Amino acid sequence: MNDAIAVSGLTKSFGATRALDGVDLTVRTGEVHGFLGPNGAGKSTTIRVLLGLLKADSGTATLLGGDPWRDAADLHRRLAYVPGDVNLWPNLSGGEVIDLLGRLRGGLDPQRRATLLERFDLDPTKKGRTYSKGNRQKVALVAALASDVELLILDEPTSGLDPLMEATFRACINEERDNGRTVLLSSHILSEVEALCDRVSIIRSGKVVDTGTLAEMRHLSRTAITAELAAPAELAALPGVHDVVAEGNRVSFDVDNDQLDAVMRALAQAGVRSLTSQPPTLEELFLRHYTDDLVTT
Amino acid sequence: MVRLALRLDRVRLSVWVLIIGVLPATTAAQYLDLYPTREALEQVTGVISNPSLVAINGPLFAAGSIGALTAWKILVTEIILVGLMAILTVIRHSRTEEETGRLELLSAGVLGRYAPLTAALLTAGVASVGAGLVATLGLLGTDQPAAGAVALGAAIALSGLFFAAVAAVAAQLTESARSATAIAVSVLGAAYLLRAVGDAGPTWASWVSPVGWAMRLRAFADEQWWTLALLAALATIAVGAAYLLNGRRDLGAGLVPQRPGPAQAEPALRSPFALAWRLHRGLLIGWLIGMAVWGGVLGGSAKGIGDAKLDNAKIADLLSRLGGSAAIVDAYLGAVLGITGLVVAAYTVQATLRLRGEEAAGRLEPLLATRTRRVQWALSHLAFAVVGTALLLAVAGAAGGLAYGSQIGDVGGQTWALLGAALVQAPAAWVLAGIGAALFGLAPRFAGLTWAALVLCLLVLEIGEILGLSQWIVDASPFAHVPKLPGAAFTAAPLLWLTVAAAGLATAGLTAFRRRDIG
Repeated sequence: MNDAIAVSGLTKSFGATRALDGVDLTVRTGEVHGFLGPNGAGKSTTIRVLLGLLKADSGTATLLGGDPWRDAADLHRRLAYVPGDVNLWPNLSGGEVIDLLGRLRGGLDPQRRATLLERFDLDPTKKGRTYSKGNRQKVALVAALASDVELLILDEPTSGLDPLMEATFRACINEERDNGRTVLLSSHILSEVEALCDRVSIIRSGKVVDTGTLAEMRHLSRTAITAELAAPAELAALPGVHDVVAEGNRVSFDVDNDQLDAVMRALAQAGVRSLTSQPPTLEELFLRHYTDDLVTT
Repeated sequence: MVRLALRLDRVRLSVWVLIIGVLPATTAAQYLDLYPTREALEQVTGVISNPSLVAINGPLFAAGSIGALTAWKILVTEIILVGLMAILTVIRHSRTEEETGRLELLSAGVLGRYAPLTAALLTAGVASVGAGLVATLGLLGTDQPAAGAVALGAAIALSGLFFAAVAAVAAQLTESARSATAIAVSVLGAAYLLRAVGDAGPTWASWVSPVGWAMRLRAFADEQWWTLALLAALATIAVGAAYLLNGRRDLGAGLVPQRPGPAQAEPALRSPFALAWRLHRGLLIGWLIGMAVWGGVLGGSAKGIGDAKLDNAKIADLLSRLGGSAAIVDAYLGAVLGITGLVVAAYTVQATLRLRGEEAAGRLEPLLATRTRRVQWALSHLAFAVVGTALLLAVAGAAGGLAYGSQIGDVGGQTWALLGAALVQAPAAWVLAGIGAALFGLAPRFAGLTWAALVLCLLVLEIGEILGLSQWIVDASPFAHVPKLPGAAFTAAPLLWLTVAAAGLATAGLTAFRRRDIG
């Protein structure tokens, strides 16, 4: 069994709203998989189907080799989940919640629990109702990361964390990868996924529109180039070149990666004084996928 | 903001106002029917002056008046209902909003810092005055004296305003809506108990109770209007205090600071049941104390009943309507245990609806993402509804038996007898837990309707037979089938059927819960 999560053709409707419209998602064992999409795209719904909280209308889902609906309780021994919106019991302290959730999974590593509390700078004696959103999230994160499990399912885990804690979080996820755990990380924060994930699936309106490693995805995208040339060059007419802005001899544009070779030749003919090129950020990938309508019209 | 609150609450408040407003007129109409002559009316008075009924309903202020009899029968119920309405409304629109963070969203807009409190108070105030107004109009419709009708309506309206003010203060004290509600409802309970003690014994106790003031307005019996001023003055002070406290604290904070909790969980906190115990513990203990006091007060007043005389068929008839049939003390005890059953059922419903509460608050999801099974989780909460209910009834019964037994020199016998007599109410209360569980599984959004079922049971018991409701409506209440111990003969069959019905409903609910979506 190579895939921790295998989902195909998953659909789920709430009344008239079609939340999932045939989701396909594969997460390989041992990888950190980014699950990227704007709010309302169906990330949380997919995750909740995987956790057996929702029953899918159609499609198949396999989680750690089992059926997420039928074998829910047994599978949950082997995974930890951090919801996007963490709600704690008002009268339980953070420490109690961490211990309880850990014990209700496969168990908790006390050493790791203590280290994580320190790294996340979390006071475990405060009562659930007094924690801020970020601190509630930390409670759930510590409970998940200190649990002895194979798979971590994290639903927008950093939405309430400050930048410092985000860095801590990233370090923790990299350690998890080194320890051989599988991570499904849903997010609408691109830099986070870019920094952490081996592979990415992009979901939009209940459908996964793209999946692959960042390298594979770059094929689909463009490179941003800024160059100072010896003489003006007629670039806008070349195939695969977009958004040309020219100021005298200075020119900046985007180019589809498969046309890069031809464009570079054109530049070289004009004489290159200086040149900077940037790989596309996920931000740009993302924008392309979600502004399809704008681009095509 | 008042408009927002009224809009959010329009159905809920309308139902409250309607029930509270219509009750007095329907009661008066039925009394007109039941006691057509002055003579018949005056005969009733003999029964009503016995201490136990006085403790429950208060004194009758004038003989031979339908209005006064109506006021006697219904005013206490009305005050409790309007008080609950006011408290729940104020807390919902102030502390609950703050706790859930919705208020933060609104406060960032163009709202003064006192606006939410003002809106909550105004909403509750409008509803209270509305309820009082409907009550007055209804009574006028049954041709009662205008002064009395206005007085009764005013007593209802001002009681609502007063408890709204109490709730406003409570909402400033704690950070959680739950504790704020608990504080305000405790004040209501204490005021009721003080009045009960005062009316049965030392009069001063009634005079320190706001509920006592509302009663001593003496609607339909030479109204003492100045008691309204007492209520109004205290309400004004409370409102002032609430604003003062509101001005001195931060949004989201309470005046009673949070104590830190343990950094690590006890080793025992490792199962859904252990978690359920943590969540139900405070509520159950509070109820246990309350029921011990309640049982003691009611048991203690039982001996006084023996002195009342049963000299007329009409009165015997009335007593049997109140719930019993054999000896008068047994009839009394049977009646108060019947009420106790309904009171405890409020706990049953509260504990059962914890299921939906946990789910709606998003705290179920992370638990079900562990190896906790759905049914296992639900049963861990239902266990408290079922066992807690029996425990509360046993404590109320035993405390009553202890108090009554010590007065007649039969502690051992009475304690066990009343403990058993109280416990027969449990299957009826369990049916409500069953209804709650069934709604939770089948139609989770409507789980709150379990409260409506309880209110219907209460109305059927309190006024159903007096109103002459059709038998099938009365029979719809599980409490109508419980043998009226200690007076009546014990029959196991209805208890068995009730238990089976409760178990059937719960099974249906849990089966549906296993199959449905969470959230």
